[in-house]
Formats: sequence, structure tokens, C-alpha cells
Amino acid sequence: MTSGAQESTPVHSNSAHKGTLRILQLYPRDMNIYGDWGNVLVLKQRLAWHGYDAEILEHNAGDTFPDDVDILIGGGGQDSGQVVIQQDLQSNAAHLRALAEDGTPMLAICGLYQLFGNFFKTHDGTVIPGISILDIETHGGSERLIGNVVARSEEFGDIHGYENHSGQTYLGPGVRPLATVTKGEGNNSSEDHEGARHLNIVASYLHGSLLPKNPAIADFLIREAATRKFGSFEPGDVDDSLAELARRHAATRPR
Amino acid sequence: MPKTLANRDKLDIMSVLSSVSVPLGKTVRALSRLRGGGSAFPGLVVERIDPGFMARALRNLPHGVIVVSGTNGKTTTTKMVVELLEGQGLNVFTNRTGSNFTRGVAAALLGDVDWRGRLKADVAVLELDEAHAVHFVNLVPPTHCLLLNVLRDQLDRFGEIDKTTRLLEQIAVKTTGTVVLNREDPRVASIASSVRSASVAYFGLDESLRSTFPSDDDLRGATGTAPASSLPADVVLESVNSNTATFSMDGETSTIELSLRGVYNIFNAAAALAMARIILGGNAKRAEMLSSLAAVEPAFGRGESLVVDGQPLELVLVKNPSGFRLGLKSFDAAGYATMIAINDNYADGRDMSWLWDVDFDSLRNDGVDMVSGVRAYDMALRLQYDDVAARDIDPDTGSALRTFISRAKGQPKRIFCTYTAMLAIRRDLSKITDVKVVS
Ligand SMILES: [Zn+2]
Repeated sequence: MTSGAQESTPVHSNSAHKGTLRILQLYPRDMNIYGDWGNVLVLKQRLAWHGYDAEILEHNAGDTFPDDVDILIGGGGQDSGQVVIQQDLQSNAAHLRALAEDGTPMLAICGLYQLFGNFFKTHDGTVIPGISILDIETHGGSERLIGNVVARSEEFGDIHGYENHSGQTYLGPGVRPLATVTKGEGNNSSEDHEGARHLNIVASYLHGSLLPKNPAIADFLIREAATRKFGSFEPGDVDDSLAELARRHAATRPR
Repeated sequence: MPKTLANRDKLDIMSVLSSVSVPLGKTVRALSRLRGGGSAFPGLVVERIDPGFMARALRNLPHGVIVVSGTNGKTTTTKMVVELLEGQGLNVFTNRTGSNFTRGVAAALLGDVDWRGRLKADVAVLELDEAHAVHFVNLVPPTHCLLLNVLRDQLDRFGEIDKTTRLLEQIAVKTTGTVVLNREDPRVASIASSVRSASVAYFGLDESLRSTFPSDDDLRGATGTAPASSLPADVVLESVNSNTATFSMDGETSTIELSLRGVYNIFNAAAALAMARIILGGNAKRAEMLSSLAAVEPAFGRGESLVVDGQPLELVLVKNPSGFRLGLKSFDAAGYATMIAINDNYADGRDMSWLWDVDFDSLRNDGVDMVSGVRAYDMALRLQYDDVAARDIDPDTGSALRTFISRAKGQPKRIFCTYTAMLAIRRDLSKITDVKVVS
């Protein structure tokens, strides 16, 4: 069986250059495990396909925080990575909260999702403070929630990804869930929701990477960023047929 | 009752146990061979009824017990160590069948011990899966271990790579003679500080090669390469040009042409040389060792070359981002028809995130002829984002292989595949060409 979607590479030369958006990757040195680069790559390429230019910036612990950032993106890390970035994250907390309140689109995955919250209480009782952009709290659990996830969102449709975390995250009244889990565990093992939505922030436990198979979320971040910067977003013609097929096949896979 | 007496009773019980468990295990082994069944089951039987069997069979080997572990390249490295030692006249016991779990070792032992449970060998060289090695070293403390690397692999099994490091660390802690470490892998090199009862030796790369071997911390190359290691290495890989490699040992360099292909295999040859030299000590004959190394053929699926329609067909096993990246770097795409087959079965790892940590730029010029496997569309999507054309997509590896071979007639071919995709493809290839049977 051969699919019809073989000519997979869209041709997007002579893009209209509708402007440049600056994407800031948070802590790629210490928090980029499990394919988080995929999310950055998807934003960069989709911007090109939509006719915009992308500038990729990095902020690592100890760096000066850059100005004029249009999209922030941060990923997962091992426990050791979370310790390394802790001090830097706290010293930039007020600035990051201001950016969030101002409507800057942000994607926070896994480890950074947890640290965007109020705190992370580890299994042995240590409390790691978060930066309280999201009204969530996370408690270290004894079991790891691992496997394929499908979660339904009114805003983005079905979300496909892969979770791998031992933190159990509970949402406060200040945020709403990103989606309702139909396969997998999501935020915690007692409730059926996954991720968090607040302002222009999308936060999730899902790797996969998240954005390639969920282009609706990628385009949400891009649309909000372009609208904030240029007053409007003019989408280009992007061929998402492979993403659609990848989603359909992912849905059939065991947990 | 005095202690000595108790011990003697214990010994008697041991020999009684052996006299029961070994014949029973051997019988089960023979029966499961007849059935064409799995190789580990008899190991399970003997492990259950006689847990001390392995320790007794492996103790008192004149050159000890070597454990080889790490995320990438265990099988080929183990094969190299074995052939290096055999080349110097040693009688080597190894778990050849690729069953790298404790009960796989037990099963292999059952085939080689006599009916009283005694192994006739000078040394044992054992490949162990990092998760199961801990169980093994608790039963049988190794005299030597060779730890290759800690890379993102099957994170859904181990959770975190720091945890994998701790697993390897436990092998090193239990080792009584020498721990041989990859000084270029910061996680592996850090294990040295936990070693108490053994001495530590290293193998490494010349500075000019370090950028070729990104660690997982600088996989994307954006954050630069790891700082040059100042640790002293017994064997250093100085340079690689296709399959010609230069190693330096004791300040002397030697250049040889290897049957093995792939930069990562050749780096593991430095690891194997370091290990073999420690075992052989002053008896190591350099020229003979290098010719043994030159003759080592790749292990199953590790860059093996078959012939289809008079053209070479290379199978390259890929199972984590570093391995895939090095595979792409080691094998020039120009002139080759390329197929990629990605499965997400348990043995492959279910999480597809790793594909996003591999750059596929090197395939952009020629494109990919066929994308296959259960996760064919994830792979094709990955290629789309690197602007690499995928000319055909077919999740079914059988029909994909047929299409690929017929369309690429007259061209050399290369298939990158995950573990279970490789098993399926080898099975199909064995119908049309000679494929070595792996028991
Ligand atoms: Zn994570």
C-alpha cells in the first residue's frame, strides 16, 4: 500500500517575507531532552512556510535575557538539569511573568511546565519553587507515567504525544486544562486532564515532539505572535497531509 | 556446629545441586533447541532451581570475567574483544547469541559447561544489557568491565539517562580488577570517581575527531563540543578515513584497514583494543592484535553488507539519536538508494521523540527512496521538516522492501532501520539472498 502523500516536501521558495519573529529557546543546554528541538524546528519551518522569517535565540543559565522576544519555548530536563537552571529561572521570574501577562505566546513542555507552576514538591519532601506563571502544583510520585497519549481539546482538536514523567500535576482555579485525556494519564493519575492553558501559554507533558504532530498548536503560537507584532497574521499554504497521516497512525498504537 | 563444617555442608549441597541443575538445564536446552525455541528459557530454568550456578561456573577462570555494557555498540565491541583474545590463543566463553540478559548468559553457559557445571575457558567476555547487568554483577562480580557510552535510548524503559549512568556505575563498583571507560563520554568518565576496589583505564579520541562524536548534551552541535579530555587513554583513535583507522598505543601509532564500517564501530575498536591489552598484559602482540581487529566482521545488523541483484545492500541499525546521527555521518548517501524503516515496538522504544534529535540534512541532495515501518509517517514528517524528499511511503516493511529493491535496480542500497524493523527486513531478505542466520 502506498500513500498518496509522497511529494512530501512543500516548495516554499520566494516566500513573501512578511516579517521576522524571534523565537527564544529557554535553557536548551540543560532542558532539551526527549526531542524538544523538534518543537523549535517546527516553529522555524512553519514560519518560513507561512512566509515569515524566524530568528532562533537561546537563553541558558547565566546568559543575559534577550529583548524583543516573540515566542518562548522550553522543554523537559532531567532532575539534574532542573537544579542547574533553578537560580537563573528565579532571577528572571518577574520578567517572564510580565511577558506572559503581556500575551507573549509560550510553549512549556514537561520539566519547564512544572517549573512554570507554583512549586514542585519532590518525593522526599523538598520543595522547589516555581515561577508561578501557571496556577499549578506538582508533587513527585513514586511511579512514572509513561506511554502514548491522546487528549481531546476543543481549541486544538485531538492532541497526540508521548508522556514520560513522575511528577503529578494538579491545576488550580487560575488555569484550565489543555485537553481531556482519552488514552494515557496526563497531568496526574487521578484526574483525566492533560496540560494547562492560560493567556497565550500552552503547557503540556507531551513529547513526541508535540508540535510536529499537532500543527494546530504550532500555528496558534505563530498566529498570536504575528498578530501581536504586526497587527495581523496572514497564513501561507502549508501541506499538513503527512502530519495528518502520522496522527492517524499514532492513534492506533498501544499505550 | 562449627562454621567450617557448615561450609562443607554447603559445598556438598552445591555439588549436589549442580549434579541436578546442570543436567536438567542441559536437557531443557536440548529440548528447546529441538523445538527451535528461544535461547534463554533453559537459562531461566537453571537460574530458578540453582541461583549459584553461574557464579560457580565463572569463578576461577584464569583471565577472569569481562562485562561489556553501554547504550551503543555492545554487540560489535564484545565480538571484537572476543576475536582479539582468541587471536592471541585464549579460549573465550561469550554469550554469542545476542542474549544479553542474565538468563541468556546462564543459557549460553549451559551449552559450554561439562555435566558437573565446570567451564573450560580462559576468560569470559559477556555483553550485558545495562538494565540487567546490575542483576548479573550482584551474582557474579566481574574482574573487568568495559563501559562504552550512555546515550538516550529507550528512555521509556529507564526514565532518565542519569539513571542509566547509575546502572553502569554499579557494574564498575562491583568490578575487582580494571574498569575501562570512554573518556569522551562525560557520564561514563564520571563513573571513575565511584570506583573503589578496581583500577581505571580509558580509551579515547584524538581532539580532531571529537566533533564527530557529539554527546547527547551537544547533539545539535549548537552548544559546541565537549572540552578536550585531559584523562590519559591507553588507546586513542587518531583518525578515520572511510574504513582505514589509525590508533595510538604507548605513543606508537598503527594504521589498519578494517572490515568494519562506520565511525562508531571504529571507535569501539579502540575500546576493544584497550580491554584486550589489559587482559593480555605483557603478552599482547601488537601486529597480531591489529590483524585480528582488521578481520572482525560486523555483528548482526551493525552495518552488515549483503548482496541483492549484484549490488551491495547495507543494513544499518539505528536505535537512538546519536546512533542514527553517526550512521548518517559514517555512510555517504551519494550514489546510494536509501530506505528508512522505523518501528515503535517495545524493543525499539515507543517514544518517537528521538527522531527529532537527528539531523537529516545529509540526505537532502538525494532524498529518501522509501520510508517504512509502523511509524513511517512520523519519519516522513520528520524528513519534511528537514526539507528532505520522501519519494515513497509504505508502512508495511515487506511490500516497501520489494518496491525499494525493484525501483533501485542497479544501484547500491542502504536501509536504516530500528531493531524490530531490521528483524522483519532480514527475514524477507533471506528469501532472496544469503543472510546469516542468528540463533
Ligand atoms: Zn519530560
